[in-house]
Amino acid sequence: MMERKLKFGVVVFPGSNCDHDAHYAAQEIMGQQAVLLWHKDTDLQGADVVILPGGFSYGDYLRCGAIARFSPVMREVVKFASSGGTVIGICNGFQVLVEAGLLPGVLLRNASLRFVCRYVHLRVENAATRFTEKCLPHEVLSIPVAHGDGNYFADAETLRRLEGEGRIVFRYCDESGNPTEASNPNGSLANIAGIINGSGNVLGMMPHPERAVDPRLGHTDGRKILQSIIEYGIAGEHSFISAASGGR
Amino acid sequence: MYHARIRITLRPSILDPQGKAIEHAVASLGVGGVVGVRMGKYIEASIDAASEADARKTTDEICKKLLANPVMEDFTYELVRGE
Repeated sequence: MMERKLKFGVVVFPGSNCDHDAHYAAQEIMGQQAVLLWHKDTDLQGADVVILPGGFSYGDYLRCGAIARFSPVMREVVKFASSGGTVIGICNGFQVLVEAGLLPGVLLRNASLRFVCRYVHLRVENAATRFTEKCLPHEVLSIPVAHGDGNYFADAETLRRLEGEGRIVFRYCDESGNPTEASNPNGSLANIAGIINGSGNVLGMMPHPERAVDPRLGHTDGRKILQSIIEYGIAGEHSFISAASGGR
Repeated sequence: MYHARIRITLRPSILDPQGKAIEHAVASLGVGGVVGVRMGKYIEASIDAASEADARKTTDEICKKLLANPVMEDFTYELVRGE
């Protein structure tokens, strides 16, 4: 059924370290096409989906993601996102998206001050996005986090808007799906693990779906996110309306 | 030439776990009376500008667009004329 392959463009900043994982997940596991896009590139090589991967772009100098945002390739990513293109920022990629103003809020130092590297449970808060169509509403996913600065913060007005518009896509939760304080690995406001923009085409999340795709490594819940993106992309401009305000 | 001495501080509403950790370390050091620590950044920039007003404009711009993230940080600076 899937003759057409989706083309994933994985951006490589100096200091990215999950770029090859993302490339592997898209190409070897999900059977799509994937290309690496260098931070100095000025075109996206016709990618259907852009992944901003995890890592420590520019050594996390100044603030996480603050310098990467000014890379030449980011001008193209911003253009691509404004025209409705699918962009997913994972971990450091999420930090780059908030610094670039494509998503609201900021990722602060973990409340514990510790780098947290383990599997967490995520509750799918909005299963009606192009990133979560293959998940059930309130499904609990097991996906790893690995970060020192993942403590999501936004002002009260922004939080109200995110909540009201269904733009909180994932929340940290316990095994049974309760977003408890104990299940929050970094102190994020309202247990927020991932959010989308108003038009539903840009997702930022701290957990790493690309690290939970290979059955040989035990966890495959990340596939649901990649599969959602792929099916949305293959279906093309179908009449998908995101739950977020306006849709497309 | 102007030298900008820029201080970037976390907004009062933002929790500062690093400041808290330093505060606890100060207590462990046995030094009493330190009841609050907040951590920020200090940046020096040399600016080639014709006037203080121009230097101020440049400093404001880099602070707003790059050096500070207004969601969580405030900035202040002083400008010194020098070599």
